[in-house]
Amino acid sequence: MKSTAEWIDSKAFKEAVFELVRMAACELPADVEKALSDARSAEEPGSSAELTLSLFLKNIAMAKERQGPVCQDTGLPIFFINHPEGVSMRQIIRVCQDAAAWATTKQYLRHNAVDSVTGKNSGNNIGEGFPAVTFTEWDEPAIEMALILKGGGSENVSGQYSIPYAPLDAGRDLEGVRRVVLDAVRKAEGKGCPPGILGVCIGGDRGGGYMESKHQLLRRLDDIHTDPALAELESRILSDANRLGIGPLGLGGKTTLLGVKIGKLHRVPASYFVTISYMCWVCRRRSIRIEPDGTWRITG
Amino acid sequence: MIHLTTPISEEEILGLHAGDAVQLSGIATTGRDAAHKYMVEKLIEAPRPLPPADQKLYDELRSFLRGGAIYHCGPILRNDEGRWSFVSSGPTTSIRDEIYQDKVIAAFGLRVVIGKGGMGPRTLEACKRYKAVFLHGIGGAGVYNAASVAEVLDVFKKEEFGLPEAFWKIRFDRFTGIVTMDAHGKSLHDDLAREFDRNFANVIKSG
Repeated sequence: MKSTAEWIDSKAFKEAVFELVRMAACELPADVEKALSDARSAEEPGSSAELTLSLFLKNIAMAKERQGPVCQDTGLPIFFINHPEGVSMRQIIRVCQDAAAWATTKQYLRHNAVDSVTGKNSGNNIGEGFPAVTFTEWDEPAIEMALILKGGGSENVSGQYSIPYAPLDAGRDLEGVRRVVLDAVRKAEGKGCPPGILGVCIGGDRGGGYMESKHQLLRRLDDIHTDPALAELESRILSDANRLGIGPLGLGGKTTLLGVKIGKLHRVPASYFVTISYMCWVCRRRSIRIEPDGTWRITG
Repeated sequence: MIHLTTPISEEEILGLHAGDAVQLSGIATTGRDAAHKYMVEKLIEAPRPLPPADQKLYDELRSFLRGGAIYHCGPILRNDEGRWSFVSSGPTTSIRDEIYQDKVIAAFGLRVVIGKGGMGPRTLEACKRYKAVFLHGIGGAGVYNAASVAEVLDVFKKEEFGLPEAFWKIRFDRFTGIVTMDAHGKSLHDDLAREFDRNFANVIKSG
């Protein structure tokens, strides 16, 4: 039996993480492709919404066939790591950085890490907090890694509300949450590359809210919340958003969102934050599971 | 589908209306945040005489952009033994260049601004005054869009701006987009925004 450090340092482990990055960039998850295909069928024949969705689907097929990134903005790679006890976080971060740099040389990732003071692009997707890596310890012996590539356009229209929010008469209840989430969708218009997928967090502090909202983006579109109140809210916001008329790329149409996923965190009595992370239609979300013997498989 | 090839005439632009689907061929340059800031601050509005390197680039850009297009795009490229090609590319959010775009249209005689999400009143006014359109690309469709970039002809400011932000001089072969702002003063985005506001008010009230 190899040590944990040897396991993570192995060629097989590093190749698995590289594969995760390649797949996230070039192959959209099947549930997202299906949702886009269903959306195309729902739009008016001959409309610009139908044309746009058809070209999205054509692009997804071309990206898979040619192994090119579905969208050129490969965003900030955010890794979510489930790991057993005794794993070195610094070692895992290095593996994630190496995989990002390796994928950059193969054109799976764009040069995307820019120094915020000097404006210099590092050219290899490694920088301070770049890629982002978050950790959760679990009871299993394997490591599971989920990766989302979070594009800048959709991140720019993400936002956080502190309710009560007077402009919409939004109070501290689920109706208030519904109002501010729809406000974010209205304000995003076409800028977040709709049809989008929302990760939402109710509660928490400002930082924790954003992190939980990103976590929600890992759920499959057909996943139904175990909490009936949140399941109902997710479905209600989805159907309301699709009555806004924003449509694919904001050029009008019936499909503005493909999914809404809501989580919650406890809050302090004085605060009630609602945090919305907007994911574009190019929802790059993939995951793998690596066993202690070095074998690995795609899990999402 | 309407086909256009650069250099594009004033008459061709006046024949376009918001909502038209267009395929564009010919010469263009990419240019996004850093490029627009540079063009306005270092070329268009900088005190004369310009430093020789800037003057050279200004002359070069003007020589091929008259009647042509600027593309808000930060591509992913491959370099095979010195030859660049686009692997994945597409429009980036255009509104970030709103404070620069009117000046760039005027200074370079652009006919087409390619991007996504639409632009504001200053750009709409410049489209009307200088006879240009905003062509909305298929955002996110990186490989599909890259397939319409037939050739990379040159690159400027690659080291200084980095690959996504450099000026990539390219030749399009049937780039697909939808005109959303025309030279007659019509913006599909403005019309749609009013509709979205009405729908939003109804959806909020239904709570």
